[in-house]
Amino acid sequence: MTESEQGGSVNLAALYRQMCMIRRFEEQLMALVQSRELAGSVHLCIGQEAIPVGACAALEPGDAVIGTYRGHGWAIARRVPLAELFAEVLGRASALNSGRGGSPYLMAPRYGYLGENSIVGAGLPMAAGAALARKLQGAGTAAVVSIGDGAMNQGAVHESLNLAAVLGLPLLVIVENNGYAEMTPAAALTAVPAHQRAPAYRMRGEVVDGNDPIAVAEAVRAVRAEVISEQRPALIEAMTHRLVGHYSGDAQAYRPPGELAAARRADPVARLAARIGEAAAGIDEAAQADILAALAAARAVPFPDPAHVTSGIYAEEP
Amino acid sequence: MTATELTYIRAVNEALRWSLETFADTIVLGEDIGLPNGPFGATKGLYSQFGGRVIDTPISESAMIGTALGAAVSGLRPVVEIMYADFLMVAMDQIVNQVANIRYVSGGTLVPRLTIRTQQGATPGSCAQHSQSLEAFFAHVPGLRVGLAADAASAYAMLRAAIASDDPVMLFESRRLYPVKGLVELDAPVESVGGARVAADGDDMTVVSWGSAVPDVLAARKELAADGVSAAVIDLRWLSPLDLRPVLESVEHTGRLAVVHEANRTAGFGAEVVARVTETAGCKLAAPPVRIAAADGRVPASPVLSEALLPGPARIRSELAALAAGPARNSRTLSA
Repeated sequence: MTESEQGGSVNLAALYRQMCMIRRFEEQLMALVQSRELAGSVHLCIGQEAIPVGACAALEPGDAVIGTYRGHGWAIARRVPLAELFAEVLGRASALNSGRGGSPYLMAPRYGYLGENSIVGAGLPMAAGAALARKLQGAGTAAVVSIGDGAMNQGAVHESLNLAAVLGLPLLVIVENNGYAEMTPAAALTAVPAHQRAPAYRMRGEVVDGNDPIAVAEAVRAVRAEVISEQRPALIEAMTHRLVGHYSGDAQAYRPPGELAAARRADPVARLAARIGEAAAGIDEAAQADILAALAAARAVPFPDPAHVTSGIYAEEP
Repeated sequence: MTATELTYIRAVNEALRWSLETFADTIVLGEDIGLPNGPFGATKGLYSQFGGRVIDTPISESAMIGTALGAAVSGLRPVVEIMYADFLMVAMDQIVNQVANIRYVSGGTLVPRLTIRTQQGATPGSCAQHSQSLEAFFAHVPGLRVGLAADAASAYAMLRAAIASDDPVMLFESRRLYPVKGLVELDAPVESVGGARVAADGDDMTVVSWGSAVPDVLAARKELAADGVSAAVIDLRWLSPLDLRPVLESVEHTGRLAVVHEANRTAGFGAEVVARVTETAGCKLAAPPVRIAAADGRVPASPVLSEALLPGPARIRSELAALAAGPARNSRTLSA
């Protein structure tokens, strides 16, 4: 039984706690970029938290999850320890990737998160492979890949969708449609929405409110079951908004006036808080306390030893 | 002729504007280059000025390069922006199997008059898929021209030369150098593709470099001068066509050669430079040539690690100092 199914009903408080954790984690990263403790830029998923939280509530530990560079939320929803995440993003010798991956390319396979990817669409071929292995091993699990709406225009994505369909792979593609392919409106770049392309590959294509974790969880649970039982891929397009820039330094001058304000009115964290009522504030405070404690723990992690910078590239090294 | 002080990225912007004004057949293609003004500002203001000739593309690098090629052989003059050099890997087939072949096989009846601009290199925190220096991949491919500007003046001159050229040209700009200012002669005559630049004269050694490593080499040269070592610095600018003449002239004078690049060492373009100088003037060398490059490794995100991997100013200086102090002319035997 997954966490959200306790007592047969969806555990709103658990979902909300996860979403707050992601929101506060991302806000903390923005502050760390501004204070220059975090080098470089980060791609935050503020506004899109309901998708990983809802999806992971419906997944099993044996499922493989692959994300994008906007993938901290998926890591947290897969229960990667917050202190390890902070340490990795801060370039420290984290238990995840020893600082080699960083914010946009971290991997946490022990938690069922094969990792992020910083090449748009590149996660999909690997997810097809993870699905193929599960099929041949008779694992009864699925591979789940999150991509953005912009990735739907990469050749490798379409090659993989077709391959997954003809090989009958248990692959669930979740397209997080936040309206922008990086900094250009998706509508200007995409001839046909993702969920409408799915049937062209003999795949089920669903649309879900990506700002509602319960709707996401229900859709993922149903589609995942079908993907596994029928051994064929499917696609869910989750409609959402990115409430911050494409990356931490993005001033978003390209947005039309009023667009962000309208998107904020559909903020998934606030929406769920309203549903939960007065208990929400306490949950959020507890999440924030967890975040601060994790950051403190991460700051105690040493930086990696530069002497090992080229070790671990090959299985066998002289 | 008056020179204007511009940042590197602004020099790129001015060269693109010049091209759109000068050639009615110029089109600019790329991701986020229109209304967002380009991820790094290279296309700032161009969409509002030139409208439909500045085209936002989907995130589809393979289609972007292939479309540019098809448009080029049909009479347009496309300039494609690939956001990070790492993303060129997504379009390898179009670049290597399509662009590089078409003039040769068609006997010159199809002219791939296109420019591919990208930027590369590591900056603190940039991940392994956003930090590679990949010029050697493409310098290996006959049919492509490859250049790397190390300052604003070269960024402007080389991009104008590329766009004016009838050959397919790949320019690897440096993200790290984008904010650095330099003097640019906006009205200078358009250069042709090719041509190295003597960045500094010197008597004791010849240091060949390009792209992001050049400013670090020039900084090391200053420090070495304080220790009485005089290093000549050649900014190669173009790897294809390769202009070795100033390198050979300098080596003849100094008898010592170092090559410095940000890309990793093995099969880096430094190997080609060393091989060519050795083939031509090996007997003039007083000491074995030196390659200073990133260690062979993936680029880690943590700045603590990437600093250890990359050839920073301190390592460049100490290796050049060791070269200066190295064995005297022809004193090293094969067994040494």
